[in-house]
Amino acid sequence: MIVQAGNAGKDIRSDCLVEMEPADSGGIRIELVSKVERMYGSSIRKLVEEGMRHFGISNARIRVEDQGALPFVIMARLEAAARQIKKNIPEFLLPMLKENEYPSSPERHRFSRLYLPGNTPKMMLNAGIHKPHGIILDLEDSVAPAKKAEARVLVRNALRAVNFYGAERMVRINQWPAGREDLEYVIPHRVHTLLVPKCEDPEQIAEMESVVETIRKEKRVKDPVFLMPIIESALGVEMAYRIACSSKQVVALAIGLEDYTADLGTRRSDEGTESFYARSRLVNACKAARIQAIDSVFSDVADMEGLARTIEHSKKLGFEGMGCIHPRQIPVIHAGYAPGNEEIEKARKIVLAYEEAESKGLGVVSVGTKMIDPPVVKRALRIMDLAVEMGIVSKEWRNEPHED
Amino acid sequence: MNRMKTELVKNAAGRLVPQTVNGEPVVPYQGIGKHRPQKNKHAPRIATCADYPSDGNKLVPDLKEALVRAGIRNGMTVSTHHHFRNGDLVANQLFDAIHELGIKDIRWVPSASFPCHGYLIKYLEDGTIHHIEGSMNGPLGKFASEGHMRGTGVLRSHGGRYQAIQDGELKIDIAVIGAPAADPFGNANGLSGPSACGLLGFALADSQYADRVIVVTDNLVSFPCIPWQIQGNYVDYVVEVERIGVPEKIVSGTTRITRSPDRLYLAELTARFCDVTGIIHEGFSFQSGAGGTSLAVGEYFREIMKERGLKARFARGGSNKYLVSMLEEGLVDYILDGQTFDLDGVRSMAENPRHVWTSPFTSYNYHGKGNFAGMVDVVILGATEIDLDFNANVVSHSDGYLLHGIGGWQNCLFSKTVILPVPLFRDRIPVIRDRVTTLCGPGEMIDVVVTERGVAINPLRKDLLDKVKGTDLPIRTIAELKEEAEAICGVPETAEPGDRVIAVVKWVDGTVLDSVWQVRT
Repeated sequence: MIVQAGNAGKDIRSDCLVEMEPADSGGIRIELVSKVERMYGSSIRKLVEEGMRHFGISNARIRVEDQGALPFVIMARLEAAARQIKKNIPEFLLPMLKENEYPSSPERHRFSRLYLPGNTPKMMLNAGIHKPHGIILDLEDSVAPAKKAEARVLVRNALRAVNFYGAERMVRINQWPAGREDLEYVIPHRVHTLLVPKCEDPEQIAEMESVVETIRKEKRVKDPVFLMPIIESALGVEMAYRIACSSKQVVALAIGLEDYTADLGTRRSDEGTESFYARSRLVNACKAARIQAIDSVFSDVADMEGLARTIEHSKKLGFEGMGCIHPRQIPVIHAGYAPGNEEIEKARKIVLAYEEAESKGLGVVSVGTKMIDPPVVKRALRIMDLAVEMGIVSKEWRNEPHED
Repeated sequence: MNRMKTELVKNAAGRLVPQTVNGEPVVPYQGIGKHRPQKNKHAPRIATCADYPSDGNKLVPDLKEALVRAGIRNGMTVSTHHHFRNGDLVANQLFDAIHELGIKDIRWVPSASFPCHGYLIKYLEDGTIHHIEGSMNGPLGKFASEGHMRGTGVLRSHGGRYQAIQDGELKIDIAVIGAPAADPFGNANGLSGPSACGLLGFALADSQYADRVIVVTDNLVSFPCIPWQIQGNYVDYVVEVERIGVPEKIVSGTTRITRSPDRLYLAELTARFCDVTGIIHEGFSFQSGAGGTSLAVGEYFREIMKERGLKARFARGGSNKYLVSMLEEGLVDYILDGQTFDLDGVRSMAENPRHVWTSPFTSYNYHGKGNFAGMVDVVILGATEIDLDFNANVVSHSDGYLLHGIGGWQNCLFSKTVILPVPLFRDRIPVIRDRVTTLCGPGEMIDVVVTERGVAINPLRKDLLDKVKGTDLPIRTIAELKEEAEAICGVPETAEPGDRVIAVVKWVDGTVLDSVWQVRT
C-alpha cells in the first residue's frame, strides 16, 4: 500500500507531497527532494523522524517532494499520509503561536472576510498582512472531495502556526452534517467563528451548537465559538430570522448569492434586482435578531469600480460587510463600509453633546433642538470608534479644533 | 595545499578575494571612492582608411571569414551583447564558427548571458571557451558554480564593464555586435528589422575600444543606416546572416504589472514610504526596473503624484508602457532611456522628443566626469539577499548558485535613496541573512529595505529615521525582520562553500568586491 498527501508539480509552491509506504522492517527511510535541501534538508529529516515516532510507525519508506513548505505544512502532509496507513494515531500539534492568542467578540467589525482555500498553504502565509477583518480557512467548496481529509489537518496546523495578524480566525466547515467531522479539527485551536454553508434549518444550528459545546468541554476550550450561518437558498431566506435566533452564538448571517440565484432559477446580475428581496429580508432578519448582516462576495477581482458600486448599494441596504476572494478587494471594502464624512460629523456632535450632558449631570441629551435617545448615542460612539480605528479621524478628535 | 587559498586577501569590505584573477593582478576593493587609478584610458590602435575598401563596402561572406580576417587566435578575448536578451542567436552562431576554425581558449565577454546560451556549455567543455566574463545564470550559472569552468568568471555591472574596457583592464580583441539594422559600412541601430530591440548601448564601449569590430545583421540596408547608434567608422567587417534573434523573446509585446497581492502590497508600501518621507516632491526623479514589483511601484507613484498634483522632472528608464503613459499624461517631463522593455517604449522613443535615447553610461560609468546616478532622487531595486549591515546580493542564490547578472544594479546604488522592496522570505528561504552569500552592494549605499512585514531603514540615514517618526509606517530594525523571518521559516543551515573561487564580483571602479565560491555537490 502506498498513500499520498499534499501537492507537487510545476506551479505548486510552499507545499509538499508526502508519499508513504509501510514496511515490516528497515526502520524509517526518508527520501527527500527539496528545493531548500541545502538550507533546511537536515531539519526536515529530523522533523519527519520525530513525526513518525509520534505516530508510532517504526517501519516505512517516506518520500517528500518539497517546494519550500514550512514545517506546519510538512507535518500536516505527513500526518495526513500516516492517518491513511494507521487509524487513531495521536495528533502532532505544533506550538500555538503567542500572536494568535487573542479573543473575538460578537460585535467586532466584519467588513471584510478573506476566503482562503483550505488546502493551499501558499496563500495562508501572508493573508493577514493585508489586514482583512476576518480570514476564512475554507474546507468546503474550494477543497476537492478527495482532499477533504488532508485539508482538515492542514487547516488545524495553520490555526496554530500561521500568524493571523489580528484578523478574526474563521473556518468554513462543510455543509451539515458532513461538517461535523471538521469540528474536532478546529474547535480546540482558537477558532473564533465558524461559517456554516447552505444553511436553511434552525435545528441544524442548534444541533451543531451542541456538538461544538461537547468538544469545547472535552478539550477545555475557554473562548466561545461564534457562528455565521450562510444563507444560500430560497428556503434559507424564508428561515433567516429563525436561523438568526437559533443560537446565542450566531453573530451574523451571510448571504451567498451564487447558489441562491441558481436556486431561484435565475442568474446573478450586476444591478442585483433578482436578489433584492433576499438581501433585504436577510438584513431585516439580522437587525431583528440584533446580529450583523453580511453580504455576498463580489467575484470579479479585476473590477474595483464595480466592487465599490456594489458596496455602496450594499451599505444602503443595511449590510455591514462582505466576503472577499482577493486581498486587493480589502481596502476597497473597508473604505466602502467605513462611515462617510457626513455620518462622522453627525456622530461627533452627538457624542460631544452626550459627554457634555453627562459631565453636567443632565439626564437629557440634545443636539440643537433634537433630543437624543441612548441607542443613538451608542451608535454614534461606535461610528467614532470605527473612524478612529480606520484612521479617518485621530484618536484625539475630542480635543482637536473643529469647524462647526 | 590549495593554490587559491594562499592568494586570498581580506578587502575593505572584509571579504576574502584573490589578488590575481586568470593570471592577471587585480586590486582588492578599497572602499567607496577610495580607488583612483592614475593612468590614461586604454587607447585602441590607429586605423587607416587606406586599409579599408574605398567604396565603403565592408561586407564579408560569413562570420568565419570575418573572424579569420580579424586575426582570430587561441586565447583571444571576444565580446557579444545582450540586447536580444533570451532571443539572442549571435553568440551561439559565433562560437559555432570559432569551433569550426579549431580555435581554443577564448575569453568570452558577453554584456550579459541568458538561458539561451546554455548551448555554449559544450564549448566550455571542449576548450573552445576558456571562461566567461559577464553574467552567468541558468545552465551556465550551474556549470560555473559547480566548478566546471576552467578559468575564473568575472562579474561586472553594466557600468563596470564600460569602465573595465575604457580603463584597459578588459582588452577586447574582437567585438561581435548583433545589429537589427546595418549598412555595408557598419553603421547600425536597433530600431527596425525583424530583431528590433530599441537601443544598442551595451555595445558602445566595445565598438570604440575593441581591436576589431564585426557587425552582424539580418537586415542589411543601403548606406546610410540612420540613426547610427553604432558608428561605421569603428567597424571593421559587416556580415549578413539569416537570423540574429528570435523576435518574441527580445522585446515583450507588452509588459504587465504583477497581480500578486503580496508584491502589490510591497509596491504600495514602498510608494507610501516615498510619499511620507517627501521623496516624492515637485521636480523629483526616479528609476525603477522592469520587474513586476518595480512596475507596480511606478503605478503607485502615479496615483500619489496625481493626488498631490506633483510632477517628476525625469525618470531614468528601462522604459515600458507604464512609464510612457506617465510621460504622455505630463506626470514626467523626460524619460532618459537606457533600454526598452516593450513595444510602447519603442514607439514612444521614436515619436516623442521628451523620450530621450541615452547611452547607459551617462549614468553608469564610475570613471567619468560625473554621472547621472547621483542626481536620481530614488531608485527601486531588487536583491536576493540582504544582511544585517544592509549589504546586498543580486548574483547568487542562498545555496551559492549563480542566479542573476549585476546589470545596472551596482551603478544605481549612487542614487540619493536606494530602496529594496523584497519579500521577507521566498519559498521558505529568508532574504535577510547574517551575512550575504555574495557581496554585490556595500551596505552603506543601501538605505531602505521594504518587506511585507515591515520597513527597515539603514541607521546611517538618520534623516529618514526622523521623517518616519510618528507616522503609521511599520518601521522595524533589520535584525527584527530577520528574527521574524526565522521564526516563520526556521533558522537556515549555512551552505558550506567549496574551497575554490569560481568567479569574482567587481565593484564599479574595477576593484574586487567579493569572491563567488564553488558549490559543493
